[in-house]
Amino acid sequence: MEQLKTIGRELAMGSQGGGWTGQSKEFLDLVKSIGEARSKAEEDRIILREIESLRRRIAEPDVPRRRMKEYIIRLVYAEMLGHDASFGYIHAVKMTHDDSLSLKRTGYLAVTLFLSDDHDLIILIVNTIQKDLRSDNYLIVCAALVAACKLINEETIPAVLPQVVDLLAHPKEAVRKKAVMALHRFYQRSPASVSHLISNFRKRLCDNDPGVMGATLCPLFDLITADVNSYKDLVISFVSILKQVTERRLPKVYDYHQMPAPFIQIKLLKILALLGSGDKQASGHIYNVLGDLFRKCESSSNIGNAVLYECICCVSSIHPNAKLLDAAAESTSKFLKSDSHNLKYMGIDALGRLIKINPDIAEEHQLAVIDCLEDPDDTLKRKTFELLYKMTKSTNVEVIVDRMIDYMISINDNHYKTEIASRCVELAEQFAPSNQWFIQTMNKVFAHAGDLVNVRVAHNLMRLIAEGFGEDDEGADSQLRSSAVNSYLRILGEPKLPSLFLQVICWVLGEYGISDGKYSASYIIGKLCDVTEAHLCNDTVKAYAISAIMKICAFEIAAGRKVEMLPECQSLIDELSASHSTDLQQRAYELQASLCLDSQTVEIVMPLDASCEDIEVDRNLSFLNSFVQQSIEKGARPYIPESERSSMFSVSNYKSHYQHEASSHTLRFEAYELPKPAPTPATPQISVSTRITDLVPVPEMTYYTENNQASKLPPVSDASSADHGIKLHLDGVQKKWGRPTYSSSSSTSSSSEKKINGVTHLDGVSLQSRGTSYDSKGQQSEVSAEKQKLAASLFGASAGKTEKKPTSTQRAPKANTATAERPGVTGAVSPEISKQKAASSPSPDLLDLGEPITATTTTIDPFEQLEGLIGPTPGTSTLDNSVTTSEQKAPDLMALYTDTPPSSSSSIGSASGDIHSADKNLQMAKNVPAIKKGPNPQDSLQKDATARHVGVTPTGNNPNLFRDLLG
Amino acid sequence: MINFVLLISRQGKVRLTKWYSPYSQKERSKVIRELSGLILARGPKLCNFVEWRGYKVVYRRYASLYFCMCINADDNELEILEIIHHFVEILDRYFGSVCELDLIFNFHKAYYILDEILIAGELQESSKKTVARLIAAQDSLVEAAKEQASSVSNMIAQVTK
Repeated sequence: MEQLKTIGRELAMGSQGGGWTGQSKEFLDLVKSIGEARSKAEEDRIILREIESLRRRIAEPDVPRRRMKEYIIRLVYAEMLGHDASFGYIHAVKMTHDDSLSLKRTGYLAVTLFLSDDHDLIILIVNTIQKDLRSDNYLIVCAALVAACKLINEETIPAVLPQVVDLLAHPKEAVRKKAVMALHRFYQRSPASVSHLISNFRKRLCDNDPGVMGATLCPLFDLITADVNSYKDLVISFVSILKQVTERRLPKVYDYHQMPAPFIQIKLLKILALLGSGDKQASGHIYNVLGDLFRKCESSSNIGNAVLYECICCVSSIHPNAKLLDAAAESTSKFLKSDSHNLKYMGIDALGRLIKINPDIAEEHQLAVIDCLEDPDDTLKRKTFELLYKMTKSTNVEVIVDRMIDYMISINDNHYKTEIASRCVELAEQFAPSNQWFIQTMNKVFAHAGDLVNVRVAHNLMRLIAEGFGEDDEGADSQLRSSAVNSYLRILGEPKLPSLFLQVICWVLGEYGISDGKYSASYIIGKLCDVTEAHLCNDTVKAYAISAIMKICAFEIAAGRKVEMLPECQSLIDELSASHSTDLQQRAYELQASLCLDSQTVEIVMPLDASCEDIEVDRNLSFLNSFVQQSIEKGARPYIPESERSSMFSVSNYKSHYQHEASSHTLRFEAYELPKPAPTPATPQISVSTRITDLVPVPEMTYYTENNQASKLPPVSDASSADHGIKLHLDGVQKKWGRPTYSSSSSTSSSSEKKINGVTHLDGVSLQSRGTSYDSKGQQSEVSAEKQKLAASLFGASAGKTEKKPTSTQRAPKANTATAERPGVTGAVSPEISKQKAASSPSPDLLDLGEPITATTTTIDPFEQLEGLIGPTPGTSTLDNSVTTSEQKAPDLMALYTDTPPSSSSSIGSASGDIHSADKNLQMAKNVPAIKKGPNPQDSLQKDATARHVGVTPTGNNPNLFRDLLG
Repeated sequence: MINFVLLISRQGKVRLTKWYSPYSQKERSKVIRELSGLILARGPKLCNFVEWRGYKVVYRRYASLYFCMCINADDNELEILEIIHHFVEILDRYFGSVCELDLIFNFHKAYYILDEILIAGELQESSKKTVARLIAAQDSLVEAAKEQASSVSNMIAQVTK
């Protein structure tokens, strides 16, 4: 046996012609050893070794070109398996320069696989591509065009564009086609670069060759997507092309499974859907051919269904036509009734499109939709959720959202979890029937997908709780709040909660924890302290918690009650005052400071339930005017705005420069150079003030000292100003702008600050502004117009049920379905919601989701009739046959091949029966009798023999390798 | 638009990859790992589509080889399924009853064929005959060049001997 193998190898080395023996023995061995590798780690080891040897050998001088070609192919192989072969890129680039087509083609193939369009080496290839585009040999031109599609980037487009445009008139249709595709790619890369060439696409649409015409549809589709109106004149042309295609006017070679050029049909239908959308006149031209298509398309083949599906998409996109809609609905129901999962999936998708036009269509398919929802296939399930999402209205929102949440909890796929969570939130906000339900739903979403949902969802929720449902019903609002507080206090008992959810909880407890008098302040504060300890929470949550504690304390003080400081709260404050996060530190100090204030001040600092108040930002800081005035009277210099100051800077610079010269040997306390003027007006002053602080005692960053500092600073800086003229102007400034920490707070200070003026209340001011700005930060920045609408829609839904107006363009279609809802359904359905589970009525409404309707799904062998439509799904009966027959034929072989993968009987059958055995994919062959001649035993035997020669014997590892892909 | 084409064996081995959208080498490995986990685990009667990261992946199994194509959310899945089949039929015609081993050893030829069918992620030619003719033309030219080269090198070898 060993001998035979070696003989085989020698043979393989000798014969370069047949089979796969184009490559050297080494390469074949490599591929073989990869094939036999049992683990990814082993595979990686082999490839790494190979890369090492290639790295060495490829750099050798005078590598023969043929050998080099193989090295390049081996590099491609290594890259394909996920390893880095970048050391060889340059050799691939060199190979594209070669004169021989074979080598050039290999070079181009390698560079298109290796390089992305922003790679540095691209610049070395552009020249070659330019040259090859001018070649006499059309095959070289083709290779260059394929490479251009992949490699030419925005900057290099101009270098090849003229040549590619010239090639649009090339005598060979293959070149014209590729030139069109290249221009399409250029358009995608940089629409502006080819905008003047659009007429060329129109011209190519009339090309004699159907292949070129078909290729032209790709760029036209993109162009029309971008700008529909400029192409309305083409509607008639497209319709007539589609008509000709369906009438089989195209050459026979474009037929695919007895369908005339289906891929071109699909592309045309996509374009017509765009052109007819919202255009009654254009749609009028399309109706006729669409009707024909619905009649002609046979739904027995997969490709026929693909075209039918595209027709449905087109019908749902263009101006509605009753007759066509009926035909589309009929096809959709065929899809949904089919046993093929693929067709069901397409049916659900089609239904989602059609209900936008006519919501009643969904009516008759409720059972099918529910079946799909219950289906174990995740893909189908998700598609159905998408449909339900489109169908949601206030009458069914509870059922649908509950379903969605259940599903969300059951999956691990974070990407989809995020999506479905945001959909739940969206629906809940839009259609929530009651506050209670809404809060509960949001709790569930946050608890299970809290870290995945968008931050703005949390802010929305907080805002909603703060603002209530929009009506002037204070009772309902406070009920909502107290139910939120109750549920949050309950939830806090759970061991692990997402950070975003904790933030919401802290905020709500802080604002409304004690507002209904049910819970004592110390109870809530205790809970909030627990939050910071029990959960591994981050700084943000801690910040929310401590601010909430501060609010509660402030409310208590304002109400005239005494706040007793819990020990855990005190220790929390102590801990946070020493925190590394300055934000937390500041909040802790603020809390401590607010505890010492009297009730009147506190009430101004922390007004009760004022989170919805607007905060007016007084950018001119007019409330400080009297203070400034006072200082000026005392002899301080007036503030000089930055714009007028610049000239002085340079003068003083010059001066100080001189002084530096003089004292260059002593220590310098000056800042080295002027900071760049920052965009905010506050910064330059601050940075200038740091110049003084070199000579002045450095102000500490705590509040308590501020009063002293503020009064102390001016004289000191006056003293120092004797040396440096520049500082003279800063007295007033210093006081006015404060130190860096406060600049931000003072810029957001509220109008109420006006009441407190002067230095003495400075920390009160900053404190208040910090506190309020913190709460309002979320809202202020988040309260965008869109969200306000969103909330409005939620309120509308809760109060007026279905009488909801479309609140934004984005939600318009859904709102339409809600308003268009038939009144009958509402009546029949609402009682069912309450007794959903116990529903014994046979009404097949969508809301009966709780009811198990499985009778319809229990078809025993649904795939029998669809056999042959979908390749990989085997009809069980045929499979069994193949196994038994092959067992009879070759029972001894069975023992040899132990099947590794759990693909079970199917692969065993093929292994033993070798290539001749009835393959599980036999249906495929049945499906295409005209094209396929079926398995060719001779061919396969020959291949098997060559394989053994090369030494690649199927060592029981994977006999499947020899199975024909098409049975 | 097709974002990438993957050929994965039943055991999760990569047989061919073609990326029409930019993915770094690291992302590619991740994509392959994720998708092979997702697709190979699916039962036979389920949909041939998988929703993945906001895209859709259409796959079809032939013998022990999975052909996967990743498309945008608004593309027609059934059409892609047929494009895969179109590709396989052309491979079959070219190799003569194509089997996985053909693709393993001649992956570069499979790339050439794929380049004639798809370009920049779009179907460029839907006629099997046209593709076959073009591939044959390229092959014959390559062969001719090869023969010429080898005869020349033979002569040189003889002369320099």
